[in-house]
Amino acid sequence: MEKVKLIILREYLTRVRKKSFIIMTILGPLLMAALFVVPVFLAQLEGDTKTIAIVDETGLFAPSFKNSENLNFISLDENVDSLKLQLDERNLYALLHIPLTELTVPNTAKLYSNGQPNIIVTGYVRETMRKEIEALKLSASGIDPEVLRSIKSSVNLLTIRVNEGGKEENSSTELAMAVGYIGGILIYIFIFMYGAQVMRGVIEEKTSRIIEVIVSSVKPFQLMMGKIIGVALVGLTQFVLWVILTLVIVTSVLSIFSGDIQSYQSSQLQVNKDPIMLYEPDGSSVDQPDANQNQGEINEAVIAIFDRINSIPFQVIIPLFLFYFIGGYLLYGALFAAIGSAVDNETDTQQFMLPVTVPLILSIIVAQFIMFNPDGPLAFWLSIFPFTSPVIMMVRLPFEVPYWDVVLSMALLVIGFLFTTWLAAKIYRTGILMYGKKINYKELWKWIRYKN
Amino acid sequence: MQPVLEAHNIIKDFANHRALDEVSLSVPGQKIFGLLGPNGAGKTTLIRIINQITAPDSGTIHFNGKPLNSSHIARIGYLPEERGLYKKMKVGEQAMYLAQLKGLTAKDAKQRLTGWFEKFDIMAWWNRKVEELSKGMQQKVQFVVTVVHEPELLIFDEPFSGFDPINVNLLKDHILELKRKGATIIFSTHNMSSVEELCDNIALIHRSRTILEGSVENLKQQFKPDNIEIIYTNGRLKLQEILGTQFSVLEEKDQGEFKMARIHLEKGTDSNQLIGKLLPDINIKSFREILPTMNDIFINQVNQNENK
Repeated sequence: MEKVKLIILREYLTRVRKKSFIIMTILGPLLMAALFVVPVFLAQLEGDTKTIAIVDETGLFAPSFKNSENLNFISLDENVDSLKLQLDERNLYALLHIPLTELTVPNTAKLYSNGQPNIIVTGYVRETMRKEIEALKLSASGIDPEVLRSIKSSVNLLTIRVNEGGKEENSSTELAMAVGYIGGILIYIFIFMYGAQVMRGVIEEKTSRIIEVIVSSVKPFQLMMGKIIGVALVGLTQFVLWVILTLVIVTSVLSIFSGDIQSYQSSQLQVNKDPIMLYEPDGSSVDQPDANQNQGEINEAVIAIFDRINSIPFQVIIPLFLFYFIGGYLLYGALFAAIGSAVDNETDTQQFMLPVTVPLILSIIVAQFIMFNPDGPLAFWLSIFPFTSPVIMMVRLPFEVPYWDVVLSMALLVIGFLFTTWLAAKIYRTGILMYGKKINYKELWKWIRYKN
Repeated sequence: MQPVLEAHNIIKDFANHRALDEVSLSVPGQKIFGLLGPNGAGKTTLIRIINQITAPDSGTIHFNGKPLNSSHIARIGYLPEERGLYKKMKVGEQAMYLAQLKGLTAKDAKQRLTGWFEKFDIMAWWNRKVEELSKGMQQKVQFVVTVVHEPELLIFDEPFSGFDPINVNLLKDHILELKRKGATIIFSTHNMSSVEELCDNIALIHRSRTILEGSVENLKQQFKPDNIEIIYTNGRLKLQEILGTQFSVLEEKDQGEFKMARIHLEKGTDSNQLIGKLLPDINIKSFREILPTMNDIFINQVNQNENK
């Protein structure tokens, strides 16, 4: 046992001290955080106020253009042809010309600028004019715009799951799908990344010829388990560091920018007088009522979202995630170690890698369909089968899987990794001392049948 | 004295061949034991069995009179022929790791390794990565790691490969020093001159069987061809004419001042009789029995077995 500890410690320390580990550990959360922070940050950089001249021959639109933090409108009554040549001199970003037409409601305008006009500017102009035109058309038809607004409705569909006790719970299918799928992908990536590390470690020991020195001190099985456990701890360390660092970076960056963000958001709200569509993390859109009209409704929506997040049984999912993460890794890690022991260098691993990785790749592909039918027979069988259960069960879990399915799946996974470890140990102890021989499956089968 | 290691009727089968076929040998304590044999004879398999890397199909091994078990691992040191170190790891850290795997505490390992590193003058390499070391340097580190836990039984498989002649001598001195301090050494090599120089006993394994075992001295006596080399003056060539049929002259050479002859003693004669015959006629400067080299014995025995 003392020796296995030594091996675990060496495997762990040499990997954790590697530059690549440190870089990955720092870079990962930075990339994750960047996903959240960069869009906000970019918005900050939008820059100085742009002045746009309006020559409105109809006289209908100019008053609707409101100055904002970034856009400044001035209404001019000058000759368009001379004005459009003086944009630079007069420090104008663009010139909006709304010509008089014979239509009762004009719908054409020209925007002159020296460069390609900013999409925010064109969007704002188009939107403002559209609303004004709508209002004009409405009043031409004798409809009060206020009446129309009061008619506009949004629907908040709360899906409520009634469980056996008759207790009602808010649920969100989309959120459950996202949580399950992300969990499945994480397990898939970690098994691959760290399984490959185990395999490379074994090949390194073989090619550097240190293996015979070590197996004269420890049993091959101890060495193999020490390596698998050591690498697992590296994986867990990286995972935990990623979660912590991502949270730290996101919260700290957001708190620094939070003041600016609010002003950014309010300027956004100004531009959109219509109800804005807020995209929520679960992928569903929540029709948010007019921002400056009713703060209470927003709060209600937010509470509904939190309700949905709470409806995901995280207190069950997180421990089970760790279980399937470790169980799946042990199951595949042993096989990866066996592959490493059977070959002389990494290029020879292909023929053995394929059959081992097929169930893993299959499960991540099938997971996309399981999401939509998490209670079907395919979902059931694949979440029981130990080679696919780590990924598929993660996808199913947010949908509240029957208790017995989970117990059966967990038991089979434990049996599964005991079996693969036993099998791998047999291949490993022969393979590590075998050099310069092309190994095929027949040969492996022989090794498995060796008595000792 | 009880042998340190005793193997009895070891059999080990692999898928399509028998690597060891009823091999028995006994390694006496505080001696250097040469384990010889052509490539593929089964030496490495036997060494792996002694190191408990693999187990025999049948047969027994006793270590100091007790059946070999895992508690003996810490008392055996093994320098394999195929040896290496973790390339990316620092020398000192790696030596500490391997020493602790052999059961030393961190404190003991550090202290002893420092001693050995100073002896080999490689202390400056403690914090360097292995990949920065020359092959010879790495071999030194490997040697140190093999002996650092002061095992009773040391197994060296081709220990001199990769060393320059100066370091070979350094290593030989250390091996003899270890023997003097009480270690028993099993030494496997193809280099017969080093066998002659170092070994007290040998076993010759050929085609999975032990075909020869004994002390180097006895074997040389056993396989001596009964040839005498004399160097003389004053006499004449054509000694056969004086000697008659009891002795046969194999070779004669006139080297100017001295003449040399090689004479084979036929059955039932001895060297005294030869001297008696020669004395009246020639003036003997040197009289020496030719003993076979280990190289001769090795080649002869292997060839003889080949022809069986």
